[in-house]
Amino acid sequence: MAKIIVVTSGKGGVGKTTTSAAIGTGLAMQGHRTIIIDFDVGLRNLDLIMGCERRVVYDFVNVINGEASLSQAVIKDKRTDNLYILAASQTRDKDALTQEGVQKVLDELSTNYDFIVCDSPAGIEKGAQMALYFADEAIVVTNPEVSSVRDSDRILGILQSKSKRAEQGKEPIKEHLLITRYNPSRVNDGEMLSVSDVEDILAIPLLGVIPESEAVLKASNQGAPVILDSQATAGQAYSDAVQRLLGDEIGHRFLNVEKKGFFKRLLGASA
Amino acid sequence: MSIFDYFRSKKTGNTAAAAKERLQIIVAHERGQRKQPDYIPQMQQEILDVIRKYVKVDQDDVSVQLDDSNNCSVLELNITLPD
Ligand SMILES: Nc1ncnc2c1ncn2[C@@H]1O[C@H](COP(=O)(O)OP(=O)(O)O)[C@@H](O)[C@H]1O
Ligand SMILES: [Mg+2]
Repeated sequence: MAKIIVVTSGKGGVGKTTTSAAIGTGLAMQGHRTIIIDFDVGLRNLDLIMGCERRVVYDFVNVINGEASLSQAVIKDKRTDNLYILAASQTRDKDALTQEGVQKVLDELSTNYDFIVCDSPAGIEKGAQMALYFADEAIVVTNPEVSSVRDSDRILGILQSKSKRAEQGKEPIKEHLLITRYNPSRVNDGEMLSVSDVEDILAIPLLGVIPESEAVLKASNQGAPVILDSQATAGQAYSDAVQRLLGDEIGHRFLNVEKKGFFKRLLGASA
Repeated sequence: MSIFDYFRSKKTGNTAAAAKERLQIIVAHERGQRKQPDYIPQMQQEILDVIRKYVKVDQDDVSVQLDDSNNCSVLELNITLPD
Protein backbone atom coordinates (compact mmCIF):
# COMPACT_ATOMS: atom_id res chain seq x y z
CA MET A 1 0.00 0.00 0.00
CA ALA A 2 1.43 3.35 -1.06
CA LYS A 3 1.68 6.26 1.33
CA ILE A 4 -0.14 9.26 -0.13
CA ILE A 5 1.53 12.63 0.51
CA VAL A 6 -0.11 15.90 -0.52
CA VAL A 7 1.99 19.02 -1.07
CA THR A 8 -0.34 21.91 -0.30
CA SER A 9 -0.35 25.56 0.83
CA GLY A 10 -3.50 27.50 0.12
CA LYS A 11 -1.55 30.39 -1.41
CA GLY A 12 -0.18 30.12 -4.94
CA GLY A 13 3.42 30.58 -5.99
CA VAL A 14 4.98 29.53 -2.69
CA GLY A 15 6.86 26.48 -4.01
CA LYS A 16 4.46 23.50 -4.07
CA THR A 17 5.48 22.26 -7.50
CA THR A 18 9.18 22.86 -6.80
CA THR A 19 8.73 20.86 -3.58
CA SER A 20 6.70 18.03 -5.14
CA ALA A 21 9.39 17.56 -7.79
CA ALA A 22 12.23 17.69 -5.25
CA ILE A 23 10.67 15.48 -2.58
CA GLY A 24 9.34 12.96 -5.10
CA THR A 25 12.77 12.71 -6.72
CA GLY A 26 14.44 12.42 -3.32
CA LEU A 27 12.17 9.55 -2.25
CA ALA A 28 12.92 7.71 -5.51
CA MET A 29 16.66 8.28 -5.05
CA GLN A 30 16.34 6.54 -1.69
CA GLY A 31 15.02 3.49 -3.51
CA HIS A 32 11.28 4.02 -3.01
CA ARG A 33 9.04 3.53 -6.02
CA THR A 34 7.41 6.96 -6.31
CA ILE A 35 4.88 8.67 -8.56
CA ILE A 36 4.24 12.42 -8.58
CA ILE A 37 0.75 13.45 -9.71
CA ASP A 38 -0.06 16.97 -10.92
CA PHE A 39 -3.52 17.92 -9.59
CA ASP A 40 -3.40 21.43 -11.06
CA VAL A 41 -6.04 20.95 -13.75
CA GLY A 42 -5.72 23.54 -16.52
CA LEU A 43 -2.33 24.74 -15.26
CA ARG A 44 -0.07 21.76 -15.91
CA ASN A 45 3.47 22.64 -14.82
CA LEU A 46 5.00 19.70 -13.00
CA ASP A 47 5.98 18.26 -16.42
CA LEU A 48 8.12 21.35 -17.15
CA ILE A 49 9.80 21.31 -13.74
CA MET A 50 10.55 17.58 -14.19
CA GLY A 51 11.72 18.13 -17.78
CA CYS A 52 9.30 15.65 -19.35
CA GLU A 53 6.88 18.10 -21.03
CA ARG A 54 7.47 16.70 -24.51
CA ARG A 55 6.69 13.17 -23.42
CA VAL A 56 3.16 13.86 -22.15
CA VAL A 57 0.67 12.01 -24.35
CA TYR A 58 -2.15 11.18 -21.95
CA ASP A 59 -2.97 12.81 -18.63
CA PHE A 60 -4.74 12.22 -15.32
CA VAL A 61 -8.20 13.12 -16.69
CA ASN A 62 -7.75 10.81 -19.71
CA VAL A 63 -7.21 7.95 -17.25
CA ILE A 64 -10.23 8.89 -15.15
CA ASN A 65 -12.40 9.09 -18.28
CA GLY A 66 -11.17 5.72 -19.48
CA GLU A 67 -9.56 7.27 -22.59
CA ALA A 68 -6.16 5.85 -21.64
CA SER A 69 -4.83 3.23 -19.27
CA LEU A 70 -2.54 4.13 -16.39
CA SER A 71 0.39 2.42 -18.08
CA GLN A 72 -0.17 4.59 -21.17
CA ALA A 73 -0.37 7.82 -19.17
CA VAL A 74 2.35 7.34 -16.56
CA ILE A 75 5.72 8.75 -17.64
CA LYS A 76 8.92 7.10 -16.44
CA ASP A 77 11.53 9.66 -15.39
CA LYS A 78 14.66 9.51 -17.53
CA ARG A 79 17.15 10.62 -14.87
CA THR A 80 16.03 8.92 -11.70
CA ASP A 81 15.18 5.26 -11.22
CA ASN A 82 11.94 4.37 -9.41
CA LEU A 83 10.42 7.74 -10.39
CA TYR A 84 7.20 8.27 -12.38
CA ILE A 85 5.04 11.26 -13.29
CA LEU A 86 1.34 11.66 -14.10
CA ALA A 87 0.60 14.98 -15.81
CA ALA A 88 -2.40 17.22 -15.15
CA SER A 89 -4.98 17.75 -17.84
CA GLN A 90 -5.01 21.05 -19.72
CA THR A 91 -8.79 21.04 -19.91
CA ARG A 92 -10.59 24.17 -18.76
CA ASP A 93 -13.26 22.02 -17.12
CA LYS A 94 -12.48 22.39 -13.42
CA ASP A 95 -14.85 19.53 -12.58
CA ALA A 96 -12.88 17.03 -14.66
CA LEU A 97 -11.52 15.42 -11.50
CA THR A 98 -14.24 13.53 -9.65
CA GLN A 99 -13.76 11.98 -6.23
CA GLU A 100 -14.68 8.51 -7.54
CA GLY A 101 -12.31 8.95 -10.50
CA VAL A 102 -9.41 10.05 -8.32
CA GLN A 103 -10.11 7.25 -5.86
CA LYS A 104 -10.03 4.66 -8.66
CA VAL A 105 -6.68 5.88 -9.96
CA LEU A 106 -5.11 6.12 -6.49
CA ASP A 107 -6.35 2.61 -5.61
CA GLU A 108 -4.78 1.21 -8.74
CA LEU A 109 -1.47 3.05 -8.13
CA SER A 110 -1.48 2.12 -4.46
CA THR A 111 -0.61 -1.52 -5.06
CA ASN A 112 2.29 -0.58 -7.33
CA TYR A 113 4.07 2.28 -5.58
CA ASP A 114 5.59 3.10 -2.18
CA PHE A 115 4.80 6.82 -2.37
CA ILE A 116 2.22 8.87 -4.24
CA VAL A 117 3.06 12.59 -4.12
CA CYS A 118 0.12 14.86 -4.97
CA ASP A 119 1.05 18.35 -6.21
CA SER A 120 -1.93 20.50 -5.18
CA PRO A 121 -3.28 23.53 -7.05
CA ALA A 122 -3.50 26.82 -5.15
CA GLY A 123 -6.61 27.80 -3.23
CA ILE A 124 -8.70 26.13 -0.57
CA GLU A 125 -11.63 25.21 -2.78
CA LYS A 126 -12.48 22.11 -4.77
CA GLY A 127 -9.22 21.55 -6.66
CA ALA A 128 -7.08 21.78 -3.54
CA GLN A 129 -9.58 19.68 -1.59
CA MET A 130 -9.46 16.96 -4.23
CA ALA A 131 -5.65 16.81 -3.99
CA LEU A 132 -5.67 16.42 -0.20
CA TYR A 133 -8.79 14.29 0.26
CA PHE A 134 -7.10 10.86 0.20
CA ALA A 135 -3.81 11.93 1.83
CA ASP A 136 -2.06 10.09 4.66
CA GLU A 137 0.46 12.89 5.18
CA ALA A 138 0.58 16.56 4.18
CA ILE A 139 3.53 18.83 3.49
CA VAL A 140 2.33 22.37 4.13
CA VAL A 141 4.56 24.68 2.09
CA THR A 142 4.83 28.11 3.70
CA ASN A 143 6.79 31.25 2.87
CA PRO A 144 7.79 33.43 5.84
CA GLU A 145 5.27 36.09 4.92
CA VAL A 146 1.85 37.04 6.34
CA SER A 147 -0.54 35.89 3.62
CA SER A 148 1.22 32.58 3.11
CA VAL A 149 1.17 31.77 6.84
CA ARG A 150 -2.51 32.67 7.13
CA ASP A 151 -3.40 30.52 4.12
CA SER A 152 -1.38 27.63 5.53
CA ASP A 153 -3.48 27.81 8.66
CA ARG A 154 -6.64 27.73 6.56
CA ILE A 155 -5.46 24.67 4.66
CA LEU A 156 -4.64 23.00 8.01
CA GLY A 157 -8.29 23.57 8.94
CA ILE A 158 -9.37 21.82 5.74
CA LEU A 159 -6.96 18.91 6.29
CA GLN A 160 -8.53 18.49 9.72
CA SER A 161 -12.16 18.65 8.59
CA LYS A 162 -12.60 17.91 4.88
CA SER A 163 -10.20 15.01 4.26
CA LYS A 164 -11.24 11.38 4.01
CA ARG A 165 -9.44 10.62 7.26
CA ALA A 166 -11.31 13.43 9.04
CA GLU A 167 -14.69 12.48 7.58
CA GLN A 168 -14.27 8.83 8.55
CA GLY A 169 -12.92 9.63 12.01
CA LYS A 170 -9.63 7.85 11.28
CA GLU A 171 -6.21 8.83 12.56
CA PRO A 172 -5.67 12.41 11.32
CA ILE A 173 -3.43 13.30 8.39
CA LYS A 174 0.17 13.66 9.56
CA GLU A 175 1.12 17.32 9.06
CA HIS A 176 4.58 18.62 8.17
CA LEU A 177 5.65 22.26 7.95
CA LEU A 178 8.06 23.11 5.14
CA ILE A 179 9.24 26.71 5.15
CA THR A 180 10.58 27.73 1.75
CA ARG A 181 12.25 30.83 0.28
CA TYR A 182 13.83 31.53 3.65
CA ASN A 183 16.28 34.40 3.81
CA PRO A 184 18.31 34.34 7.07
CA SER A 185 19.83 37.74 6.46
CA ARG A 186 16.43 39.44 6.20
CA VAL A 187 15.33 37.53 9.31
CA ASN A 188 18.39 38.94 11.11
CA ASP A 189 17.40 42.43 10.03
CA GLY A 190 13.90 41.96 11.45
CA GLU A 191 12.37 42.10 7.98
CA MET A 192 11.21 38.50 7.70
CA LEU A 193 9.37 36.11 10.02
CA SER A 194 11.82 33.62 11.55
CA VAL A 195 11.44 29.84 11.57
CA SER A 196 10.35 29.94 15.20
CA ASP A 197 7.82 32.73 14.49
CA VAL A 198 6.15 30.55 11.85
CA GLU A 199 6.36 27.46 14.07
CA ASP A 200 4.77 29.39 16.95
CA ILE A 201 1.81 30.40 14.81
CA LEU A 202 1.13 27.20 12.88
CA ALA A 203 2.15 24.81 15.68
CA ILE A 204 2.92 21.76 13.53
CA PRO A 205 6.20 19.79 13.33
CA LEU A 206 8.92 21.28 11.13
CA LEU A 207 10.01 19.08 8.22
CA GLY A 208 12.54 21.49 6.77
CA VAL A 209 13.61 24.97 5.84
CA ILE A 210 14.51 25.61 2.20
CA PRO A 211 16.55 28.78 1.71
CA GLU A 212 15.83 31.28 -1.03
CA SER A 213 18.24 30.12 -3.70
CA GLU A 214 19.18 31.05 -7.25
CA ALA A 215 19.60 27.36 -7.95
CA VAL A 216 15.79 26.91 -7.99
CA LEU A 217 15.33 29.11 -11.05
CA LYS A 218 18.32 27.50 -12.76
CA ALA A 219 16.88 24.06 -12.08
CA SER A 220 13.48 25.01 -13.48
CA ASN A 221 15.12 26.52 -16.57
CA GLN A 222 16.69 23.14 -17.24
CA GLY A 223 13.77 20.99 -16.20
CA ALA A 224 15.74 19.18 -13.51
CA PRO A 225 14.42 19.10 -9.92
CA VAL A 226 16.64 21.22 -7.66
CA ILE A 227 17.36 18.27 -5.34
CA LEU A 228 19.64 16.91 -8.09
CA ASP A 229 21.85 19.98 -7.60
CA SER A 230 23.84 18.70 -4.64
CA GLN A 231 26.02 21.83 -4.62
CA ALA A 232 23.07 24.14 -4.00
CA THR A 233 21.83 24.97 -0.51
CA ALA A 234 18.22 24.43 -1.64
CA GLY A 235 19.11 21.01 -3.06
CA GLN A 236 20.81 19.99 0.17
CA ALA A 237 17.95 21.31 2.30
CA TYR A 238 15.46 19.26 0.24
CA SER A 239 17.64 16.14 0.68
CA ASP A 240 17.56 16.69 4.44
CA ALA A 241 13.77 17.08 4.35
CA VAL A 242 13.45 13.74 2.51
CA GLN A 243 15.58 12.05 5.18
CA ARG A 244 13.32 13.46 7.89
CA LEU A 245 10.21 12.40 6.00
CA LEU A 246 11.65 8.88 6.05
CA GLY A 247 12.11 9.10 9.81
CA ASP A 248 15.70 10.23 10.29
CA GLU A 249 16.24 12.89 12.92
CA ILE A 250 18.79 15.27 11.48
CA GLY A 251 19.53 18.89 12.35
CA HIS A 252 18.41 21.86 10.28
CA ARG A 253 20.94 23.71 8.15
CA PHE A 254 20.99 27.10 6.40
CA LEU A 255 19.06 28.84 9.18
CA ASN A 256 21.75 31.42 9.80
CA VAL A 257 23.56 33.92 7.66
CA GLU A 258 26.48 32.16 6.03
CA LYS A 259 29.75 33.84 6.86
CA LYS A 260 31.45 34.11 3.54
CA GLY A 261 35.05 33.00 3.65
CA PHE A 262 37.79 34.99 1.99
CA PHE A 263 37.88 32.86 -1.16
CA LYS A 264 34.13 32.75 -1.50
CA ARG A 265 34.00 36.52 -1.28
CA LEU A 266 36.79 36.78 -3.79
CA LEU A 267 35.01 34.48 -6.21
CA GLY A 268 31.61 35.98 -5.48
CA ALA A 269 30.13 32.50 -5.02
CA SER A 270 26.42 32.51 -4.43
CA ALA A 271 23.86 30.13 -2.98
CA MET B 1 13.32 39.97 23.73
CA SER B 2 17.10 40.20 24.02
CA ILE B 3 19.05 43.41 24.08
CA PHE B 4 20.14 42.72 20.49
CA ASP B 5 16.54 42.47 19.39
CA TYR B 6 15.98 45.83 20.99
CA PHE B 7 18.69 47.54 18.98
CA ARG B 8 17.62 45.66 15.90
CA SER B 9 14.06 46.85 16.18
CA LYS B 10 15.27 50.40 16.81
CA LYS B 11 17.25 50.32 13.64
CA THR B 12 14.79 48.81 11.19
CA GLY B 13 11.43 49.12 12.89
CA ASN B 14 11.31 45.30 13.10
CA THR B 15 8.42 44.73 10.75
CA ALA B 16 8.68 40.97 11.31
CA ALA B 17 7.56 41.42 14.92
CA ALA B 18 4.52 43.35 13.71
CA ALA B 19 3.78 40.59 11.20
CA LYS B 20 3.93 37.93 13.89
CA GLU B 21 1.65 39.85 16.22
CA ARG B 22 -0.96 40.49 13.51
CA LEU B 23 -0.84 36.85 12.41
CA GLN B 24 -1.32 35.54 15.93
CA ILE B 25 -4.48 37.60 16.32
CA ILE B 26 -6.07 36.82 12.96
CA VAL B 27 -5.19 33.12 13.05
CA ALA B 28 -6.66 32.72 16.55
CA HIS B 29 -9.82 34.48 15.40
CA GLU B 30 -10.19 32.35 12.27
CA ARG B 31 -9.58 29.13 14.19
CA GLY B 32 -12.37 30.11 16.56
CA GLN B 33 -14.72 30.66 13.65
CA ARG B 34 -13.84 27.32 12.08
CA LYS B 35 -14.98 25.50 15.19
CA GLN B 36 -18.35 27.23 15.19
CA PRO B 37 -21.38 25.29 14.01
CA ASP B 38 -22.72 26.27 10.58
CA TYR B 39 -25.85 27.86 12.02
CA ILE B 40 -23.99 30.67 13.83
CA PRO B 41 -23.94 33.25 10.96
CA GLN B 42 -27.67 32.73 10.28
CA MET B 43 -28.50 32.94 13.96
CA GLN B 44 -26.40 36.09 14.29
CA GLN B 45 -28.38 37.68 11.45
CA GLU B 46 -31.72 36.75 13.01
CA ILE B 47 -30.72 38.08 16.43
CA LEU B 48 -29.63 41.29 14.76
CA ASP B 49 -32.98 41.57 12.97
CA VAL B 50 -34.87 41.22 16.24
CA ILE B 51 -32.75 43.86 17.97
CA ARG B 52 -33.19 46.20 15.04
CA LYS B 53 -36.93 46.14 15.54
CA TYR B 54 -36.29 48.11 18.73
CA VAL B 55 -32.96 49.93 18.43
CA LYS B 56 -30.80 51.17 15.61
CA VAL B 57 -27.60 49.08 15.56
CA ASP B 58 -25.04 48.31 12.86
CA GLN B 59 -23.90 44.90 11.67
CA ASP B 60 -20.58 45.31 13.51
CA ASP B 61 -22.32 46.21 16.77
CA VAL B 62 -23.38 42.63 17.35
CA SER B 63 -20.94 39.80 17.87
CA VAL B 64 -21.82 36.20 18.58
CA GLN B 65 -19.07 33.95 19.85
CA LEU B 66 -19.24 30.30 20.76
CA ASP B 67 -16.55 29.24 23.23
CA ASP B 68 -15.97 25.53 23.51
CA SER B 69 -13.79 24.98 26.52
CA ASN B 70 -13.44 21.51 28.04
CA ASN B 71 -16.93 20.16 28.59
CA CYS B 72 -18.91 23.38 28.59
CA SER B 73 -19.99 25.55 25.66
CA VAL B 74 -20.76 29.22 26.22
CA LEU B 75 -22.62 31.30 23.70
CA GLU B 76 -21.54 34.89 24.12
CA LEU B 77 -23.66 37.67 22.67
CA ASN B 78 -22.27 41.17 22.60
CA ILE B 79 -24.36 44.13 21.53
CA THR B 80 -23.13 47.68 21.59
CA LEU B 81 -26.15 49.94 21.97
CA PRO B 82 -26.01 53.50 20.72
CA ASP B 83 -25.98 56.10 23.48
N1 LIG C 1 13.66 28.12 -2.46
C1 LIG C 1 13.39 28.93 -3.50
N2 LIG C 1 14.26 29.90 -3.86
C2 LIG C 1 14.01 30.71 -4.91
N3 LIG C 1 12.93 30.63 -5.68
C3 LIG C 1 12.00 29.69 -5.40
C4 LIG C 1 12.18 28.79 -4.30
N4 LIG C 1 11.11 27.95 -4.26
C5 LIG C 1 10.29 28.31 -5.29
N5 LIG C 1 10.82 29.34 -5.99
C6 LIG C 1 10.24 30.02 -7.15
O1 LIG C 1 8.92 30.42 -6.84
C7 LIG C 1 8.07 30.33 -7.95
C8 LIG C 1 6.85 29.51 -7.63
O2 LIG C 1 7.21 28.17 -7.36
P1 LIG C 1 6.23 26.93 -7.63
O3 LIG C 1 6.92 25.72 -7.13
O4 LIG C 1 5.76 26.94 -9.05
O5 LIG C 1 5.03 27.35 -6.67
P2 LIG C 1 3.53 26.78 -6.59
O6 LIG C 1 3.51 25.40 -7.18
O7 LIG C 1 3.23 26.79 -5.12
O8 LIG C 1 2.65 27.75 -7.34
C9 LIG C 1 8.90 29.72 -9.06
O9 LIG C 1 9.35 30.75 -9.91
C10 LIG C 1 10.08 29.10 -8.33
O10 LIG C 1 11.23 29.07 -9.14
MG1 LIG D 1 2.24 24.55 -8.69
